[in-house]
Amino acid sequence: MQHVSPIREPLVTGGKTYHDITEDVCRQVEAGPNPRWAAGLALSLVGLAIFIYSVYRTLWFGIGEWGLNRTVGWAWDITNFVWWVGIGHAGTLISAILLLFRQKWRTSINRAAEAMTIFAVICAAMFPVLHMGRPWLAYWVLPFPNTFGSLWVNFNSPLLWDVFAISTYFSVSLVFWYIGLIPDFATIRDRATGPIARRAYAVLSMGWTGSAKAWSRYETVSLILAGLATPLVLSVHTIVSMDFATSVIPGWHTTIFPPYFVAGAIFSGFAMVLTLMIITRKLFHLEDYITLEHVESMNKVIILTGSIVGVAYTTEFFIAWYSGVEYEQYAFINRATGPYWWAYWSMMTCNVITPQLFWFRRIRRSLVLTFIISIFVNIGMWFERFVIIVTSLHRDYLPSSWAMFSPTIIDVGIYVGTIGLFFTLFLLFCKFFPVVNMAEVKAILKSSSEVTHTHAKTMHATDKGLNTNTDHRHE
Amino acid sequence: MQDRKKYWRGIEELDNTPEFAKHAHNEFPEFLPVKETSAEGSLNGKTKRRDFLKLMGFSVAAVSLASCEAPVRKAIPYLNKPVDVEPGVANWYASTFYQSGNYNSILVKTREGRPIKIEPNPMSTLTPLGTSPAAQASVLGVYDHNRLRYPLIKNEEAEWEQVDREIRTALNNVTGKVAFVSATIISPSTKKLIDEFGARFNNFEHVTYDANSAYGLLSANGGVVPGYDFSQAQVVVGINADFLGTWIAPVPFAKQYIQNRKVTAENPNMSKHYQFETHYSLTGANADIRVPIRPSEEAALVTALYSAITGQGGRAEVPAAAAEALKAVVLELKAHQGRALVVSGSNDPGTQAMVAAINRALGAIGTTINADAPFYTKQGNDANMIRLINEMNAGTVGAVFFHNANPVYDHPLSERVVSGLAKVPLKVSFADRVEETSRYADFVTPDHHYLESWNDNEPRRGFLSITQPAISPIFTTRQMQDSLLNWLGSNVNFYEYLRLNWRNSISTEVAFDKFWEQTVHDGVLENGTTMLTVNNNFVAADPVAKPVSPAAIEAVVYEQVGIGVGENANNPWLQEMGDPISKATWGNYVAMPRSMAVEMDIVQGDVLLVTLANGATFELPALMQPGQARGTVAIAMGYGRTTDMMPVANGLGANAYPVATVVDNTVLYTGPVTIEKTGSTSPIAQLQTHHTIMDRLVVQESTLAQYKENPKEVTQYIRIATHDGPAKPATISLWDDYEYKNHHWGMVVDLNSCIGCGACSVSCHIENNVPVVGKAEVLNRRDMHWMRIDRYYSAVEHEEKDYATMEDPAENPSVIFQPMMCQHCNHAPCETVCPVAATMHSSEGINQMVYNRCVGTRYCANNCPYKVRRFNWFAYSNNEKFAAENYMMNNDLGKMVLNPDVTVRSRGVMEKCSFCVQRVQLAKLEAKRENRRPRDGETQSACAQSCPTEAIVFGDMKDPDSRISQILYREQGERAFHVLEELNTQPNVTYLTKIRNLA
Repeated sequence: MQHVSPIREPLVTGGKTYHDITEDVCRQVEAGPNPRWAAGLALSLVGLAIFIYSVYRTLWFGIGEWGLNRTVGWAWDITNFVWWVGIGHAGTLISAILLLFRQKWRTSINRAAEAMTIFAVICAAMFPVLHMGRPWLAYWVLPFPNTFGSLWVNFNSPLLWDVFAISTYFSVSLVFWYIGLIPDFATIRDRATGPIARRAYAVLSMGWTGSAKAWSRYETVSLILAGLATPLVLSVHTIVSMDFATSVIPGWHTTIFPPYFVAGAIFSGFAMVLTLMIITRKLFHLEDYITLEHVESMNKVIILTGSIVGVAYTTEFFIAWYSGVEYEQYAFINRATGPYWWAYWSMMTCNVITPQLFWFRRIRRSLVLTFIISIFVNIGMWFERFVIIVTSLHRDYLPSSWAMFSPTIIDVGIYVGTIGLFFTLFLLFCKFFPVVNMAEVKAILKSSSEVTHTHAKTMHATDKGLNTNTDHRHE
Repeated sequence: MQDRKKYWRGIEELDNTPEFAKHAHNEFPEFLPVKETSAEGSLNGKTKRRDFLKLMGFSVAAVSLASCEAPVRKAIPYLNKPVDVEPGVANWYASTFYQSGNYNSILVKTREGRPIKIEPNPMSTLTPLGTSPAAQASVLGVYDHNRLRYPLIKNEEAEWEQVDREIRTALNNVTGKVAFVSATIISPSTKKLIDEFGARFNNFEHVTYDANSAYGLLSANGGVVPGYDFSQAQVVVGINADFLGTWIAPVPFAKQYIQNRKVTAENPNMSKHYQFETHYSLTGANADIRVPIRPSEEAALVTALYSAITGQGGRAEVPAAAAEALKAVVLELKAHQGRALVVSGSNDPGTQAMVAAINRALGAIGTTINADAPFYTKQGNDANMIRLINEMNAGTVGAVFFHNANPVYDHPLSERVVSGLAKVPLKVSFADRVEETSRYADFVTPDHHYLESWNDNEPRRGFLSITQPAISPIFTTRQMQDSLLNWLGSNVNFYEYLRLNWRNSISTEVAFDKFWEQTVHDGVLENGTTMLTVNNNFVAADPVAKPVSPAAIEAVVYEQVGIGVGENANNPWLQEMGDPISKATWGNYVAMPRSMAVEMDIVQGDVLLVTLANGATFELPALMQPGQARGTVAIAMGYGRTTDMMPVANGLGANAYPVATVVDNTVLYTGPVTIEKTGSTSPIAQLQTHHTIMDRLVVQESTLAQYKENPKEVTQYIRIATHDGPAKPATISLWDDYEYKNHHWGMVVDLNSCIGCGACSVSCHIENNVPVVGKAEVLNRRDMHWMRIDRYYSAVEHEEKDYATMEDPAENPSVIFQPMMCQHCNHAPCETVCPVAATMHSSEGINQMVYNRCVGTRYCANNCPYKVRRFNWFAYSNNEKFAAENYMMNNDLGKMVLNPDVTVRSRGVMEKCSFCVQRVQLAKLEAKRENRRPRDGETQSACAQSCPTEAIVFGDMKDPDSRISQILYREQGERAFHVLEELNTQPNVTYLTKIRNLA
C-alpha cells in the first residue's frame, strides 16, 4: 500500500504496510530471545560485573584505588562523566528539537536515541557520586531543610548547578521517553498472549485507550515536553562546561566552553546513536525503518558539529596566543607537545579529521565506514575530555606541583564497567520495549510519498494530526 | 571400702540410654528443646499470622537497634588528679635535644602527661628561634612501639635483676681492656660518671667516635670545634661543609649565618657566601656562588687558598672549574680581614690544619671565631676507634659497652668490628632496640628515650642546658647512666648524681635548691659556667693537605638533613620530609650529574650496581642531581637498615658507610667506585618531580647590587591593562572585599631568610596530625604535606626560550626555596566551587576547611592555583595498609603523639593548612580570660615557631604595631609580593623577594 516516490527517497523502505510496521517492531518483543541478542547481553553482563567489582573497591577502600593524585584531582571519573552526558545529548535533540523543526526522519530513531539518552545519563550520574570522597553523603549537595544548623548548599558552585542540570535533564528526558512509549505499550498489550506480558504491558501503558482525546492529549504533552526539553539540550552541557569555565585553571578558564561543549555533545551523541543504530538495525532487521537516509542525515550533523568543535580547538589556541598570558600559552603548547601529546593528537585525529571524510557521499552512505568513523568520534570525544581535564590540571601554575596521571585497573574497570551497564540496559530495552516508535512511524508512512503528489495543505493536515493514521489497530 | 556416690545430672544419665550416651560429650544437646516449649507448634510451620507479625516486628526492631549501637569509647577521668595536669591545658617543660652534633634547647609541650610537640626554647641564646627537623620529629621516638620494652640476655627477654647480677659478675671477672664506645657525649655529668665507672678497671678506655666524624677538624684545633661565629663574617667560604644542614651544630650556625643575610632597604648589606662542594648540600643551596669540586680536587683547592692567604706552602694545581672562583674568594677574603671565615668539612687533619691557619691569617680569631667558646658537639676520635677495633681483633679487650654507637652498621670497618666482637667476652649495648651492633651483644640494656631522661649538656663552652624528662618511662627501660650507677654498686640514681655534680661544680649566690629549680625551669644556664672537659688525645697534623687519589668515579657519603647518620631512620616524619635538595623521600640513591648519566646511558630510577674498591657491592637507583660535581656520585648515610625493629626503615635503600675509606686512621667519607646498570628499575619517590621555574614569576629573586641601587626595582609586579592604563590586579574585582573588624591573620615568608631545612614542614605535620603516607603513595604523588618547601633549580641559559630547554636544570644551578602552604586567599578560588560550602572564609581572614561538611569532590583542590590542598585518598588512621609508615595513627602507643586539639581526618575529606587555627583560638581565649587584646607574637603558627631563621612571621595584620604589619609596611613596593598576584586571589601570605649577593 506504500506509494514509492520516484524522486524523493521514502523514509520507510520496503513497501511496508501499517501492519508490517506493527509486526516488525513487536516481533522483537514477542519472540524468544534472539541468539545474537543473548550473546550481546552476556558480554554486557560481564562488563556490568566488572563495574560492580570496581565500584566495590572504590567504595570500600576509597578513591585512592584510582590513579588520582594531589595535582590531578579529577581524571577518568569526570572524563567519563562528561563523555556520557555528551552521549546523552542526541536523544533529546532528536526527539525534541527535530520534532519542533518537523524533521520527520527522526521518527524511526528517536525511541532508541532517547533510550540511549536515559541510559547514558544514568551512567554519567554514577560518576559525580562515585568520585566523591564520601559518597554516602552525596545527598548533601541537595538543598534540603536540615538540622545541621540549617546548612545550605553553595549556590556559587558550578557543581551544584550540575546537580540541578543533570537531574532536571534526566527527569524530563525520562518523562518524554515514557510518554512516547505509552501508545506502543498499548499495542503490545493488546497483542500479548501470555498473562504476565499482558499484565505488565497493561501497567506500563497506563490504561491507554487510543481514543481521539487520548491522542490529542498525547500530542499536546509531546509538544510541551519537546518545548521544555529543547532548552535543556543546550543548558546541560553548558552547565557541565561551566565546571571548567568558571575555574581559574589555564585550559579550563575559557569563555568558549559552553557552545563548544554543546556542539561536542551533539557530535558525540550522534556518533553514539549511529553506532547503536547500525547494530540495532542489523540485529533486529530494521533496515527498512532505519535507512541509509537516516544514516546520511546524521552524518551531516556530525560534519557540522565536528567542524564546530574543530573551530573551537583552533580558537582556543589562538586566544591563548593572543592573550599573552604565559600560563594560558603554556597550557596549550603543553597539550600539543607535552607528555600527553598522544592524547591531544588522538583527539584531533578522531574529532577533527575523520568526520571531514563525510563530505564524500559514498562514505556518508557506507554503513561500514560510518560505523568505524562513529567509533572514532566516540574515542575522540573521550580524549577531548581527558585532554581538557588531565592536561590542564597536571601542569597548572606552580611547576613544583606538576605531576603525571596514570589510571589504575580500577579506573579502567569503572569505565569499561559503565559501558557494560549501558549496553545491559540498552539490550534489555531492545528486547522488552518497542525499539521503534510504531505510532509515529506509521504517521510518516504515507506522508513521505504523498509529498510529491498532494498539495502542501494535505501535507500540513497529515503532519499536524498524527492521529489520522495512528489508530493502527484497525488496519 | 567407701560407697561410690553417684550424682547424675538428669534422669537420662541414670537411664544411660544409647541416645544419651551419644550426646553426653557435647556441651549443648544437638536438639534444642524448643519444640516442647512451643506447645502450639509455632515453629513447625503453623505460625499464626499475628505471631508471625509479632516475631517479625521484634526481629526487625532488634536488628535495627543492634546496628545503631556505636562503639563504646571510654574516657576515664582522673581519680586523683595530678597537681599540675589540667585536662585540655598544655604543660611545657624545658629540655634539650642532642643527637650526633645536632643540638637544640627545646620546650616540650605535654598534654595530659604526654609529650606531643617540640618547640625552641627562647631562653637559649644558641637556639632561641627554631629547631632542626630531627629535633621536631624526635618526640615520636618516645612512642615508637618497636623500642625494646625490657632488657635482653643473648637476645632473650630478661629481668633487670638478672641482667645486673650477670653483668656485675662478668665485670668482676673481666680481664683485658674495658672499652666504653659512644658517640659524642656533651653531658658533663655523664662523662664524669663514665670516668668514675672506668676508674674501677685497670685498663679502661672511653672511645668516642662519630658516625659522621669531624676528626680532622678536631685534630687541627686541639680536640674542639672552633667557636665559629658566622654572624661576624662578611665573607663565608665553605668547602664541603654543610653547616646549615648537618655539620657540627647546624641550628646555632643557621641562626648566626642568617643575621648577615637579612636585608632591608635601610641596611642593604649581606654577607657573601662561597661554597665549594661535591654534592648539592643545603648550605650550597644558600650560597651566593657555588662551585662543584671533586673530592680529589679539594686538597689542591685548600692548598692554593692556603698559599694565597698565608704566603706559605707550595703551589698547587687549582682545579680549572674552581680557578676563577678561587681568585675572587682570595680577593674577597683579603679585603675582609677579621670579617671572614673559612670552614671545611674535610676529615683530613692536614687539610683542616691549613684551614685553621687560613683563618688565623685572616684574623678570624677573636672575631669570626670565638676562641673562648668552642663547640663540643663533635668529639669523635677516629684513631681511637680504629685502635679499639684492632685490639678487639687481637683479643685483648675483655668488655665493651656501646652507647649511642652502632659501629657494625656505620663504621667503614664494619666487618672487622664484627670479627672483633666475636673475641670480646662481654658485650653490652644500651641500644633501644636490636639493631646491627646490639644483635651481637650479650646484654642489651635499653636506654630511655631522651624525653624520659635526666641529663645535662654543654654543646659549647659556657652554654649549659638541662635535659628534663617530660614523661615517665613507658617501657621497662633504664637510663644508661642509671645502669652504670647500678653496676658501680652506687645507691644514688642519676638524677641525684646529676644534681650533686652541679652542686659541687657550680657556686651560686642563691641557695642551690632555688638555683637548680630555676635552671631546670629555664632549661639553660648561659652565664659562662663551664663543666665539660674534653681531651681525646688529638694530635695536630702539619698543614699539608693530603689529596684523595683521583678515580674515574669518586663517590661521597653524606649526611642527610632529616635521617642524619641513621638514628632517625625509623621516624616516618623524617622519611617523608625527604632530602631538602633532591626532594627524594623514603630511601637513598646514587646522585649523579646528568653528564655522567648521559655518558653511561642511565636514566633516573635505573638500578645501579655500585662496586667499591674492596669488591663489595650494593644496588641503588640513580637520581639525576644537578650541581653534583662531574665524575662524582653522592650517596646518603643512614639507609639500608637490616633490623626488624625498624619497620619504617626496613628495605629502604642501601648502607653507604662502606663507601667511606680509612686512610691513616682517619675515616674519609669518599672512595672510588665503579658503576654499572643492572637493567632493573626502582622509582625514586620525590615530592617534586618538576624542577625548574619555567620562567614564571612565582618566586622572585634579585641581586644585592640591584637592591642597593633601587630597592623598588627588585620585585616585578604584575599589572593588568585597563582602559585607564595598567592597574594593580587587586583593584579590578567583581567581588566585594571582606571586612575584618577584629583580626586579620597573615603571614610573611622572607625568601632571603629561608634556608630550606624543612623544620617547618615537619613541625606542621606534628602539630596538625597530618598523616604520613609512605613510599608507594608518595610515588603516586599523594603526600599530605600541608606545608611544603618548593625547590627550584635555575634552568640552562639559552638564547632561545623554548619550553623543552626551560625544563632542564643547569649543570650547576642556583637553588631557590619557597615554603608553600595555603595562601588563605581573600578571594579564594576554592571557596566558590565547593557545592556544600565545606570551605569558607572566616571573619578573621582564615580560609577554613570544615572536615565534617566535606563530601570530597576535590573541586577545591583542582581550582587551587597553589595546589596546597590535600585529599584523604584512603583512611590513613586505623588502616592496616599504613600501619608501618603511619604508626602514629595506627597503634595505641603511636596515637599518644597526636595533637588532641586537631581532628584526625577521615577518608574522603580534603584538608590543608589552617594557619594553626587551634593556636589562634587558644591565644584569643587566653586573652579573653584576662580581658585584654591578644598580644603580638602570642600566637605563632607551628611553622613560624620552628623556623631557625625567622623566615616565617605570623601575626595580625590588623594590628598596626605587630611585627607582620611593620614588615609589610616596610617592604610594600620593595620586596613584598604575592604569588600569582594576577589571579587576584589576594592571598594573606606575602613573600619577600630573595636577594643574592652576586658579584
